[in-house]
Amino acid sequence: MYQYDQYDQKLVDERVEQYRDQTKRFLAGDISEEEFLPLRLQNGLYVQRLAPMLRIAVPYGLMSSNQVRKIAHISRKFDKGYVHFTTRQNIQLNWPLLEEVPDILAELATVEMHAIQTSGNCIRNTTTDQFAGVANDEIEDPRPWCEIIRQWSTIHPEFAFLPRKFKIAVCGSEEDRAAFLLHDIGIQLVKNDQGETGFHIYAGGGLGRTPVIASSIREFLPKEHLLTYLDAILRVYNRYGNRDNKYKARIKILVRAWTPAVFAERVEAEWLHIKDGPATLNGHEIERVKGFFSLPDYQTVDIAAVDTEVQALAAEHKGFSRWLDRNVTEQKQTGYACVTLSLKPAGVAPGDVTDKQLDIIADLADRFSFGEIRTTHNQNIVLADVIKTKLFELWQQAKAAGLATPNIGTINDMICCPGGDYCSLANAKSIPVAEAIQRKFDDLDYVYDLGDLELNISGCMNACGHHHVGHIGILGVDKKGEEWYQVQLGGSANKNAALGKVLGPSLSRDDVVDSIEKLLDVYVENRLEQESFLTTYQRIGLEKFKERVYAPVS
Amino acid sequence: MPQYLKDGAVVDNSWQQVSADTETLPQGDILLPVSQWQEQQETLASHVGAVGVWIDSHEEIEGFVESIIGLPLIAINFPKFADGRGFSIARLLRERYGYQGEIRAVGQIIRDQLFLMQRCGFNGFVFDADIDLVEASKSLQDFSDAYQVAVDQPEPLFKRRA
Repeated sequence: MYQYDQYDQKLVDERVEQYRDQTKRFLAGDISEEEFLPLRLQNGLYVQRLAPMLRIAVPYGLMSSNQVRKIAHISRKFDKGYVHFTTRQNIQLNWPLLEEVPDILAELATVEMHAIQTSGNCIRNTTTDQFAGVANDEIEDPRPWCEIIRQWSTIHPEFAFLPRKFKIAVCGSEEDRAAFLLHDIGIQLVKNDQGETGFHIYAGGGLGRTPVIASSIREFLPKEHLLTYLDAILRVYNRYGNRDNKYKARIKILVRAWTPAVFAERVEAEWLHIKDGPATLNGHEIERVKGFFSLPDYQTVDIAAVDTEVQALAAEHKGFSRWLDRNVTEQKQTGYACVTLSLKPAGVAPGDVTDKQLDIIADLADRFSFGEIRTTHNQNIVLADVIKTKLFELWQQAKAAGLATPNIGTINDMICCPGGDYCSLANAKSIPVAEAIQRKFDDLDYVYDLGDLELNISGCMNACGHHHVGHIGILGVDKKGEEWYQVQLGGSANKNAALGKVLGPSLSRDDVVDSIEKLLDVYVENRLEQESFLTTYQRIGLEKFKERVYAPVS
Repeated sequence: MPQYLKDGAVVDNSWQQVSADTETLPQGDILLPVSQWQEQQETLASHVGAVGVWIDSHEEIEGFVESIIGLPLIAINFPKFADGRGFSIARLLRERYGYQGEIRAVGQIIRDQLFLMQRCGFNGFVFDADIDLVEASKSLQDFSDAYQVAVDQPEPLFKRRA
């Protein structure tokens, strides 16, 4: 993974000192609340319902075991001994003290981490596929490009006060595991007719109040032009994005108002001025950054023998067999696999882990995945490059730490925002809904029979829980001071991204779980062989589901 | 005389900023809205004192930029400090149109923006609040280097790493 040199380190250290001074001046009354707001936000600090919340950047979801141990330490020393993994691959502390945040940031800087631009109206953490570098269907490893974007976007002089937040995702593969079409800029690595790698650029995607799938604005951008082209998009947005109404301020509104074609023309016109300028990437820099993402030393594995051994163990241990089915993914390199550690056991807020589990994750990474950890936008942890001969051993150790729940990709692997338990924006709680669903659907055979099913829960229309793109989406709404839930069907964050449709009138919390059971019944009764929930929905439509849920009680 | 920050130092501010609805121009060095400056060319020919313009953050400079490029001072107004359009305007003036005079940030700016503003080509800073300017000027030095190309550093860090 990327290692800081003296320049990167100094910048992060200076940022800590800048924010330490800003905090000091704020506490002394020399900076007003209004003026301090963007300063603290751009250092990751929100003020939440119960306490401040600090969001720590995990650039494109990649961490070393050493960094994970530092997070565990910070959660013990400055917080309540647990942290939350977010849908943008970052980490949140729920109970830091505003006064201590500079010290937390200083601790992070010792392991090449920071919280720069994890919130506020600026360019946020760039995200990507959790299987980057090892995915079977990859055109090229997206992580070097994410790192190049990270450096370009960090403390960018021109774009620190944008109309609204700005999120970029990079996808390097055929299958989209980064939900890149739901970002302000979605970048897809592609090859042109000459076999050269470049970027297909999309703009104007996003969830929130007005969910939009991004539009293509340039089909092929040669790689050396990445940063000048991004500068052009951001400059057009910075100058012309709506600044009067925060609900109309995202780039998606501008792209839609101008039409994607006109937006693309404006960007091209701006780009012509700066194209081939000094920010144009050169081969030396591209190779330098790529060098940090070289592959580990793989061993040669007798794959036939290993497969036989793994199959034998699976036949003997049903839990291991289930875990192999749901939590283990093939990777490009023969004899190795990616393991997803589930952060979604029943009874725990999705994405939450304790300090002890973090230490164990770090140990597991050292033992099984060359000391590297990946966070996912589904709020789980991936250990890649696990030699298949050690899968059983890893399963046993992960299971003992409560990290091997075999539910990846099932209804119980839901994406869920912190909701009304923590967030001051939320209309309704989301964690208790997630828990009620997990408790209801605790029969693993039934859950496996349902197959791949994405259930996403947001506590309000800001959509942090990505409810628009869940196969089943649940949105918390406020009805005369009471918490209700709207159900949506048919969303998808994958390659054929789609936004869900509202099923009908919102439901009380008690009715949500029963209604989901009815939806699943309709699916099971109507599915054709091998058909997923989403495919069945797409074939039979909304009506049958709606009829069942809203049928009068006889 | 009021003071402001110019090129990192605290100096006297001889300029008076005129709003769009001002009917009689004051004497001395004046900063006019671009529209007024365009309309009053004749009157201004006999004005005693220097003349500059101020641009509001929503203005599209492309329509008039060629005509103001010879002025000694161009101010960019920040109606709210979080309105970041002025950062782009300053860079365009310097990098695209080669403006050599003073670019001054006026309006609701805060000292914590100084480092970024200076990178975008601002070299004058007028605060609407009464603050300690020497103290505020320290924010110009918040960072010793930066990744990106900007007015103060035409080469990106990736070409300069030792």
